Amino acid sequence: MTNSDNIIVVQDLFKYFGEVKALDGVSLEVGRGKVVVIVGPSGSGKSTLLRCINHLEKPTQGDIWIDGEKLTHNIKTINAIRAEIGMVFQLFNLFPHLTAIENVTLAQTVVRNRSKEEAEHIAMEKLKRVGIPEKAAVYPSNLSGGQQQRVAIARALAMGPKIMLFDEPTSALDPEMIKEVLDVMLDLASEGMTMVCVTHEMGFARSAADEVIFMDFGKIVEHTTPEGLFNNPQEDRTKLFLSQILQH
Amino acid sequence: MTEKRIVIEPVVGEEEASWEERLRSFPWWFLAMIFIAIGVFFVVSTNESYNAAFNFIKAGLTITIKTTLIAYVIALGFGLLAGLGRISKNVFFNNLARLYVELIRGIPILVLIFFIALVGVPSLVNGLNAIGEWLNNAGIAFLSKPFTAITNQDVSMNARAIIALAFTYGAYLAEIFRAGIQSIGKGQMEAARSLGMSYGQAMRHIILPQAIRNVLPALGNDFVAMVKDSSLVSVLAVRDITQVARLYAGSTFRFREAYVTLAVMYLTMTVILSLIVQTVERRLRSND
Ligand SMILES: Nc1ncnc2c1ncn2[C@@H]1O[C@H](COP(=O)(O)OP(=O)(O)OP(=O)(O)O)[C@@H](O)[C@H]1O
Ligand SMILES: [Mg+2]
Repeated sequence: MTNSDNIIVVQDLFKYFGEVKALDGVSLEVGRGKVVVIVGPSGSGKSTLLRCINHLEKPTQGDIWIDGEKLTHNIKTINAIRAEIGMVFQLFNLFPHLTAIENVTLAQTVVRNRSKEEAEHIAMEKLKRVGIPEKAAVYPSNLSGGQQQRVAIARALAMGPKIMLFDEPTSALDPEMIKEVLDVMLDLASEGMTMVCVTHEMGFARSAADEVIFMDFGKIVEHTTPEGLFNNPQEDRTKLFLSQILQH
Repeated sequence: MTEKRIVIEPVVGEEEASWEERLRSFPWWFLAMIFIAIGVFFVVSTNESYNAAFNFIKAGLTITIKTTLIAYVIALGFGLLAGLGRISKNVFFNNLARLYVELIRGIPILVLIFFIALVGVPSLVNGLNAIGEWLNNAGIAFLSKPFTAITNQDVSMNARAIIALAFTYGAYLAEIFRAGIQSIGKGQMEAARSLGMSYGQAMRHIILPQAIRNVLPALGNDFVAMVKDSSLVSVLAVRDITQVARLYAGSTFRFREAYVTLAVMYLTMTVILSLIVQTVERRLRSND
């Protein structure tokens, strides 16, 4: 470990799915309070990297430290560390049998051992923060995609995470709902949350990211600032990728 | 006026077709069943010999209902455990559950009932006695008491019948639970785990509530099946309605009265239960 202010340290990470090499020697350090955006073509290993950080995938080789603590295969430590890392999924993954507020309270009571009252208080606070306190009693199936994703963010925030991981949080949304989710993410970024976001929303990368990572074939090809990536990409593969996504 | 006719004609044609269709798809079998039920009910309540048969056989009703209910509740427990075992990544539990399910499902229920009641339970009792002996010899006499005290006579045939039915149905319910759990998308478990929940917590709070709701109709259908299969315990001389009906027929030689009444009793129970299951199923579907 190099710098104690790096809240995420990934060292020489490899991940195989059978024969498929999803991660090919990835090393990465994320400073406390930094916002890192990961871009790259489909299948380049972006999700896999994110999912290794909270051990939803077990790395084949390599080490990860979260806030100075090494991720081992010990399930107790992993559960504890996961509670410190919020994750937001492309398809929201809300719990359909629970109302919005129950989605936000459940893990607080089960994992954090908070009382029902305290959990509900915090849940309402977070639902206000993402702008939908009035939907507290509504089931996910009666919420729009944008609203569902905001409940999912509130659910993660209610655990009081040190880190937030976003895996293409807006790519399953109708265009008119993308902004409401990005606004919540921008707020979070400006409040100093450490964030690692896989997203192709270049506007978000420009205005919120401290660093941008371009991945291809399981490797980090370029690791730079947003300006560096958009104005002065170094690698041919990066240029090709940017030309493809900026056309849209 | 002519315009109107042109408009009406195809509507009439459609209506005729739909009438035919309606007649065709009408549940005639159900109507027939209701008529038979009314007829039989009339006969049983007015005809003296049927009435006598019913009054004799109904003494077994408590045992039939009790045996089915208790065995089903225990089977739910076995089934849930085995279902969880079937999807477990733990090699031991996974294989144990698989062995249980495959063994049970490959043997006729009648044979299982004989086997569990007349071989399985006695062996278990002998095993417990042996443990008691061993504890006694090891000098832990106070612990050995409950083990040595139990005898085969302590386990009534009724209890054995319940154990046999529960153990058998557990294997069938296990497959229902397994299918239900596997019908829940992977993202649910991942979302729960990403919040720091353990596997068990995620199962209990996230996966099982959804899975069980999905398989409620299937569980209900197996309950109906169990009501019928409970008649098999009569081979252990447990005095359920089947056994009582056999006794009645054997002593009075009124076979027709005995078995018609018995069949109607089962039919009444299963039809009512099936209707309940269907209602629950419809309500679940409309809530989706
Ligand atoms: N559970 C899995 N089993 C097998 N192969 C997998 C699995 N998950 C990912 N892969 C493979 O690993 C590689 C990297 O996948 P990953 O999902 O990390 O890519 P990605 O960059 O997130 O792509 P996308 O933009 O499409 O989400 C791909 O080749 C993918 O097919
Ligand atoms: Mg992905």
